[in-house]
Amino acid sequence: MRAAIIVFPGSNCDRDAADAIVKISGRRPKMVWHRETQLPDVDLVILPGGFAYGDYLRPGAMAARSSIMKDVHHHAKSGRLVLGICNGFQVLTEIGMLPGALLPNAGMKFICKPVALTVVKTSTPFTSGFTKGQVLQIPVAHHDGNFFAQQDELSRLEDEDQVVFRYQSNPNGSVNDIAGLSNIAGNVVGMMPHPERAMTNGKAKGDGDRLFKNLMETLG
Amino acid sequence: MKAIVHVQLKPGVLDPQGQAIAGALGSLGYSEVTGVRQGKVIELELIGTDHALAKERVEAMCGQLLANTVIEQFSVEILD
Repeated sequence: MRAAIIVFPGSNCDRDAADAIVKISGRRPKMVWHRETQLPDVDLVILPGGFAYGDYLRPGAMAARSSIMKDVHHHAKSGRLVLGICNGFQVLTEIGMLPGALLPNAGMKFICKPVALTVVKTSTPFTSGFTKGQVLQIPVAHHDGNFFAQQDELSRLEDEDQVVFRYQSNPNGSVNDIAGLSNIAGNVVGMMPHPERAMTNGKAKGDGDRLFKNLMETLG
Repeated sequence: MKAIVHVQLKPGVLDPQGQAIAGALGSLGYSEVTGVRQGKVIELELIGTDHALAKERVEAMCGQLLANTVIEQFSVEILD
């Protein structure tokens, strides 16, 4: 698995994501500064969690206009994989690579806790090893994770089977309990929960491993 | 020239900050407040004198960066 992780000023889960990739694949991902204009030759790009540009204007708004994002768009258009985690999901909606937007949590509080997710869609390289309805425990850590789309857009993305994960117990007010989404092709996925924070560590088994293992099985 | 841009969540989009402000005003005794929608004001200093052109360009800036039109609406006012 050849992966690149985009580093924005204010990213703070970039190294956790890199550790997760190393743990599962044995290969160190390339860390790519947001000012770069060209990605290295990779199969997977991760937009990591954090607070790029301090969430100025809107979470993900500035990062979505960074110079590297043109090539990330191009990478996705060619069918290669993009995973946006938390702030990365916000960036993907801001740039229009995924529909909808992430609003402040309905309760106006930062939420940092493990949540139960139901796997809704298994026809993506990120979720191919899961079964529909399988439940994963993966933590969230966000202030702006309240997924919103206008009713017609919401109906459209449900009809197109774009919902990848739903919360079992909605923590933030997201419409239809949406925790993760893909594009129609399934090669771009955004999710608010942090799989890189749920890696197996000694005897503590984490469900994050399985998401990265699914990618390994697809990409080799 | 100066442009004043108002950005606000579209009607129907949940505004938890507005709700929190409404709650705080209520607890201060302003019982006449039945709803609050909050937003932001962005002031731009501009070169040039052509108001129509400036408005067109600032609206383009709103579409590209200043507002997220999935959830927000904006208005632009050009001043001397």
